[in-house]
Amino acid sequence: MTETQKVRFYQTGTHTVGNRLMEPASRTVQASPERSNAITSGHRACQGCGEALGARYALDAAMRATGGRMVAVNATGCLEVFTTPYPETSWQVAWLHSLFGNAPAVATGVVAALRVTGQHDVRVVAQGGDGGTTDIGFGCLSGLFERNDDVLYICYDNEAYMNTGVQRSSATPAFARTATTPATGPHPGNVAGTGKNLPRIAMAHEIPYVGTASVADLHDLEAKVTRAMAIGGARYIHIHVPCPLGWGAAAHDTIRLARLAVESGLFPLIEAEHGEVTAVKPIRRRVPVEDYLRPQKRFAHLFRPGHEDRATLAAIQATADANIRRYGLCPEGQE
Amino acid sequence: MTEAPKPFAITLDPGSSKANHTGSWRSERPVYVDRLPPCNAQCPAGENIQGWLYHAEGGDYAAAWQVLMQDNPLPAVMGRVCYHSCEGACNRGTLDEAVSIHAVERFLGDYALDHGLRPQVAAPPSGRRVLVVGAGPSGLSAAYHLTRLGHAVTIREAGPMAGGMMRLGIPRYRLPRDVLDAEIARILGMGVTLELNTRVADIEAAFAEGFDAIFTAVGAHLAKRTEIPAHAAARILDAAGFLAQVETGEAPQLGRRVIVYGGGNTAMDVARTVKRLGAEDAMVVYRRSRAQMPAHAFEADEAEDEGVMMHWLRTITAVDGAAVTVERMVIDASGRPQPTGEFEVLEADTLILALGQDADTGFLARVPGVEVASDGVVGVDARMMTGRPGLFAGGDMVPAERTVTVAVGHGKKAARHIDAWLRGGALAAPEKHAPATFERLNTWYYDDVPRSLQAELALVRRQTGFDEVVQGLTEATALYEARRCLSCGNCFECDNCFGVCPDNAVIKLGPGNRFRIDYDYCKGCGLCAAECPCGAIEMVPEIA
Repeated sequence: MTETQKVRFYQTGTHTVGNRLMEPASRTVQASPERSNAITSGHRACQGCGEALGARYALDAAMRATGGRMVAVNATGCLEVFTTPYPETSWQVAWLHSLFGNAPAVATGVVAALRVTGQHDVRVVAQGGDGGTTDIGFGCLSGLFERNDDVLYICYDNEAYMNTGVQRSSATPAFARTATTPATGPHPGNVAGTGKNLPRIAMAHEIPYVGTASVADLHDLEAKVTRAMAIGGARYIHIHVPCPLGWGAAAHDTIRLARLAVESGLFPLIEAEHGEVTAVKPIRRRVPVEDYLRPQKRFAHLFRPGHEDRATLAAIQATADANIRRYGLCPEGQE
Repeated sequence: MTEAPKPFAITLDPGSSKANHTGSWRSERPVYVDRLPPCNAQCPAGENIQGWLYHAEGGDYAAAWQVLMQDNPLPAVMGRVCYHSCEGACNRGTLDEAVSIHAVERFLGDYALDHGLRPQVAAPPSGRRVLVVGAGPSGLSAAYHLTRLGHAVTIREAGPMAGGMMRLGIPRYRLPRDVLDAEIARILGMGVTLELNTRVADIEAAFAEGFDAIFTAVGAHLAKRTEIPAHAAARILDAAGFLAQVETGEAPQLGRRVIVYGGGNTAMDVARTVKRLGAEDAMVVYRRSRAQMPAHAFEADEAEDEGVMMHWLRTITAVDGAAVTVERMVIDASGRPQPTGEFEVLEADTLILALGQDADTGFLARVPGVEVASDGVVGVDARMMTGRPGLFAGGDMVPAERTVTVAVGHGKKAARHIDAWLRGGALAAPEKHAPATFERLNTWYYDDVPRSLQAELALVRRQTGFDEVVQGLTEATALYEARRCLSCGNCFECDNCFGVCPDNAVIKLGPGNRFRIDYDYCKGCGLCAAECPCGAIEMVPEIA
């Protein structure tokens, strides 16, 4: 007869960045005017850059977790170029750049230098794009994992070499058009069936922590960075950051595309410790991969009017379905 | 002072990227807007529903009630009897289920009564006197708003009690009289003079008494009749008269079986009242089908729950003592009922006609300039003024939907125009914001939450007494319900724009002050607009 329902939901649940009705503790770091703004205004990233957003999200969370006692090491790539054209910089954290391929090794060196100078409370974060991580810095990164150095390495994955003109990387998805994988010939776009899934490679090193995150889910991203900063040893977070320029998408669609990648199953949000998956973020509103692919010009060859490439679309859908099965992204009754 | 030596190959001092004003890249700029939410646009009483829900969401019920009272002096009544068309318009209905606006309104109304809250009156006395004719919802609303605007108001009511159709037309199981009495008393407590049992027959004489303006809202109390051949003495009543008799404790003897003729809300109210008075069979006879009935579906549902029998598609053709002959009807292609020539006989001791009412406005026929239609309805202009300068009219006696909410809205509208007229000006209609449509929302950010149901009184109690049927929300459920509001078209400070800007070009101004765009650095990517849950940011071309 009488209602005893508890007040469980705020006006918008916990999906927005903040909310005046939310407890301050459950708001994101980004909701705070006191956030570090690791990358400040005036940087030269394109309109709607997912990487600028992802890097600020991640480093602001790491800065809060470490109380500002932190050094960031950067590989060459968009992130380095658009933030730090000599003599200006957008970084508002202690920041160091050396070469394209050596960021993990430099980070290891910074850890050693801090140790010998007695600064035991200062933590180290290394970061790079997918090119610097999955291709050029791959050997150094594997070494960092294998040595279990006390570094959080963050890869901002925009799925190609965007800064130099959208050449493919080993993280470019199958069938995507890039400058080096044109949409022509019998097999248009990037090759299928190979490529590197770096989160799984990191898990194979059995390091203490591996996480995947997306600029579309800020609460989840910040929780993962915060979790990683609470652990010692080698940690790896892989953040999906859409690139309007390289993907041929509208600048205002960056977060929407990241969200569709998650909701379609193409980019699973998971956590793993010592090689074992410990948590997955279930899909909230599942969508077909087409919803994600269609707004991107790099996949336009799959959607030619009258000649839609159904076989390829089915193959991409199969990839998403396999992810959903592998990680259990759609709990029973939710599909 | 000597400069520190620079490292090898470095000739420039380091600087911040803030020297680089990336705002020059922009071809479109984000602009914060306020849009008109569909609930507000729909409300016949012109309530700022989203505005009072905003305060209720934060748990400040007193502030919420004060915002509500800016437009409607009868929230506890309204939360019970309004047909809440706002909820039909609510964008949340497209997402899951509409916000239960009426239930929150009722909670706020009851909260104010429990806590003795008083409306804020700011205007200084104007020295003007206004007469209100009729103490129904429209007259009470006008009196309240005129008082708030500083005018001295006298209400003259022909009957022995204030409330009009709220008392004589709405049964107490839908509107308990203590609630009605308390809200009327609060209006009178603001300094309104109420003269009961005082019929106004001569408008010009009233003006001559010294009233500067008059608002008439005498309602529509004359029952419509229909030609039914009655062969023997049949007991036939009209709905309005019957409900008024029940209210004044003079309910007539009905017998065991009662037929109510009509398909509107009044017919349902009468049938449910008949059931409560002890009739074994309460039947509704209506010439069209359920789909075409003017009654709201929930009223018919509640009537059926209580045991009222429905005879759809029947017209009464003859009454002979207790034998009521009805003809079956069919709906034709144009949606009109057509006779079939097939007849049935129903048994009834009493027939109550619920066929609508006309306005009793004969007293205005002599007033020069006033247009009175054949059904008694009085013509008014956009200001609610009749052809007689200074004489305004509203409620059921003017052409409009006849509900308490519309009447309250008329009272407010007339009061504002009377105020402007008394001050020698015209009320400029404030410009309305563009509508906040569902398509403008980014619903990803809202959780899927079903609405909380108001508990209903056990059926057995509903069939035997006049206790209130629908129960109110508890504070917890009212808060929950208020927080389901999507705040369509108006910033509710979720921090999304502040968070999603890749260029740190959104400045957070603190609680209640919303945000500002830093156009020095905004590149115009549009992420803030795309990810705003409520559609309160628009992208505007830099060069139109």
